[in-house]
Amino acid sequence: MFGYLLTRLGMFIPTFLGVTLISFMFIRVLPGDPIIVMAGERGMTEERYQEMVEKLGFDKPVLQQYWDYLVGVMHGDLGESFVTKKPVWDEFFALFPATLELSLCAMIFAVALGLPAGVIAAVNRGKFFDRALMSSALVGYSMPIFWWALLLIIVFSGNLGWTPVSGRIDLLYYFPSVTGFMLIDSLLSGQPGAFGSAVRHLILPTIVLGTIPLAVIARQTRSAMLEVLGEDYIRTARAKGLAPARINGLHALRNALIPVITVIGLSVGTLLAGAILTETIFSWPGIGKWMVDSIFRRDYPVVQGGLLMIAVIVMLVNLLVDVLYGIINPKIRRR
Amino acid sequence: MKLKLMAATAAIALSAAAAQANTLVYCSEGSPEGFDPALFTAGTTFDASSHPIYNRLLEFETGTTNVIPGLAESVEASDDGLEYTFKLRQGVKFHSNDEFTPTRDFNADDVIFSFMRQKDDSHPYNQVSGGTWEYFKGMGMPDLVESIEKIDDYTVKFTLTKPEAPFVANMAMDFASILSAEYADAMMEAGTPEKLNTAPIGTGPFSFVAYQKDAVIRYAANGEYWKDPAKVENLIFAITPDASVRYQKLKAGECHIMPYPNPADIQAMKDDADINMMEQEGLNVGYLAYNTTMAPFDNPKVRKALNMAIDKQAIIDVVFQGSGQAAKNPIPPTMWGYNDAIEDDAYDPEAAKALLEAEGISDLSMKIWAMPVQRPYNPNARRMAELLQEDFAKVGVNVEIVSYEWGEYLSRSKDLNRDGAVLLGWTGDNGDPDNFLAVLLGCDGREASNRAQWCNEEFEDLILKAKQTTDQAERTKLYEEAQVVFKDQAPWATIAHSVVFMPMSNKVDGYKVHPLGGHIFYDVSVE
Repeated sequence: MFGYLLTRLGMFIPTFLGVTLISFMFIRVLPGDPIIVMAGERGMTEERYQEMVEKLGFDKPVLQQYWDYLVGVMHGDLGESFVTKKPVWDEFFALFPATLELSLCAMIFAVALGLPAGVIAAVNRGKFFDRALMSSALVGYSMPIFWWALLLIIVFSGNLGWTPVSGRIDLLYYFPSVTGFMLIDSLLSGQPGAFGSAVRHLILPTIVLGTIPLAVIARQTRSAMLEVLGEDYIRTARAKGLAPARINGLHALRNALIPVITVIGLSVGTLLAGAILTETIFSWPGIGKWMVDSIFRRDYPVVQGGLLMIAVIVMLVNLLVDVLYGIINPKIRRR
Repeated sequence: MKLKLMAATAAIALSAAAAQANTLVYCSEGSPEGFDPALFTAGTTFDASSHPIYNRLLEFETGTTNVIPGLAESVEASDDGLEYTFKLRQGVKFHSNDEFTPTRDFNADDVIFSFMRQKDDSHPYNQVSGGTWEYFKGMGMPDLVESIEKIDDYTVKFTLTKPEAPFVANMAMDFASILSAEYADAMMEAGTPEKLNTAPIGTGPFSFVAYQKDAVIRYAANGEYWKDPAKVENLIFAITPDASVRYQKLKAGECHIMPYPNPADIQAMKDDADINMMEQEGLNVGYLAYNTTMAPFDNPKVRKALNMAIDKQAIIDVVFQGSGQAAKNPIPPTMWGYNDAIEDDAYDPEAAKALLEAEGISDLSMKIWAMPVQRPYNPNARRMAELLQEDFAKVGVNVEIVSYEWGEYLSRSKDLNRDGAVLLGWTGDNGDPDNFLAVLLGCDGREASNRAQWCNEEFEDLILKAKQTTDQAERTKLYEEAQVVFKDQAPWATIAHSVVFMPMSNKVDGYKVHPLGGHIFYDVSVE
């Protein structure tokens, strides 16, 4: 297992370098000069433009700029935002807990509903329940996030008044951020009602962000289960007279889990992409909105740093998925 | 440590709960870049920094572009227009925070500090927080201001390199906010000079309490304010980037005021008895700038003919969905010096066609540039270009619409040999007509902000005279004349001024829409 982990970690290095290069080049090949975008309609004199070029280091050859960036990254320095003039690292860590909290909740929501739905659909293959579940999954998968979010807000917050419209907690509560996770911070604050308010604020964004992964997980679980349910050993188990719940829950599901876990791992990327829209609509102070703003403003250091950090997270999650494979399937571990 | 923290949170919680009744919540449209207004240029940043936290030597009277005394009780200009002497107000207190308690009142040192850090490259604060001083430099202040002298603790003299009347209005702009020199020294000594930007200290009606990035900004009323204290005890900015969500929050009572509603929601808001909708023309203009150096657009009659072919009302209805007003002058009607006597070119395709024929123009083809971004002065440039295309087709002019990425658009449209007429606009900085007429239409602006590449001797002479005299009545007259020349020569088709809508809960009282675009809550109370 240790050797397996080491090999997987070794594959990290070229991927990491590739990501730094791509994120560095990506924002530079987009048309649009960040200095001119910054100046807007107002414009600036040629002299002032040159001054800014030097200040931001754009006068150096691109390879030199990349090298400087890479050296910075190796020292844990992601540069400073052109716009806020603050270290990208600090901004990322101020915002990331909000995204992580929301993504975790969305993932828990998606897995908690998606897995059983997939199993039930597979067991009841072709029946009404299967068809209903799978068509709703298709609808969920195709739903534009923006529209879905506004619909939920208008119905549940606007018309019914059950949930707050946006934000992370009622503005009435004010306490310093300790962990950055509102659920934990609200508990730590000891203020009555704060935790409940944080939970209520999480409901709609969790549903919106979790809808697509939920649909994907449900469909994947169903098809993996169907495949496994057709295997000989399941027939044998049935012939032995084992209880259906035991067959489906233990023998079938455990073997169906490998492709499902792959999908869950891959969904992390989808979640982070979905977080961009979800965060914008729900005024959720995470990294999604921060990244979008930075692309529009051509804020190179933020785009580079943000992409890099997101890529590292996706890589780490996939590493974790690989380790989970090993735990679930001993054959992989020994290979 | 943990105990201390809990005790602190409990105390804050109590004060928050006690003050809840007197809290104004503003659903702002975005996050501030920081809290030192001189470092930034975005209106969103100024709303969160210069308006609540700071004062300036002179101020814009809320709801107008008039300049009134602020931290300076009076200002006197020398006869040659080169020296401005400010008499400072006494007894003005700075805010305090956990790390800083002021030991003295506001005085001349604070004024010198606030400007010299922007002007002097060797000033210890010049490079702090990546200082690029966009506005100070963009307004040409480094060349304009020769020196700033402290005459005594409460008198400061600015010496200019040339007479420039708009200087007075510049002193009321956000970049001219006054910071505490004492705080700056303390933070420099503590090794945290960037706190000037992240933990701001000012003299304004509200003191800064906390900012959670992209989520919430909290302020408390300044109990020692040099004017009457603010009418609410707490001011909260709930950052809400999506306009539909802001509207839902307003309806749900999660905020009291919101800016920039979706045009599509405006009617529903007006019909809602719980919402009070305020509106005013914005201090901006959207225009189509011909390239006046290229034939046949170097002929004023051709430009005039094209202007007559534009159905502005259709543009207001379709592009602005009613949230705009047709523009006849290059400056907006809320600005002093606006010449209301000017008559707009009537929409008359027949007459336009005849005029073009008279000038020997047939089978004319041209390009119209459509901006790729949304602006208050032009919410949908592509659609506007399509309407213009239809209008011009009716008079036999064939239009091709082109567009570029925003940065490219801005730089390519400056080119003297640019092919085509450009859709663009401007939002005023200081409420002075010079800020529109000289910047956008002056000869110096060619190949830069003067997209029409227009240079007219008579017009130039008028705006130069207006810049050099300090007599307001005289300046008004000169600008009115300049607008007559502009209308006659038609370097642009002036298209529209946006109308700014501010929906708010009907529990809110005392809010005034500010023509300079800022959102100011000093006079606002909430039931």
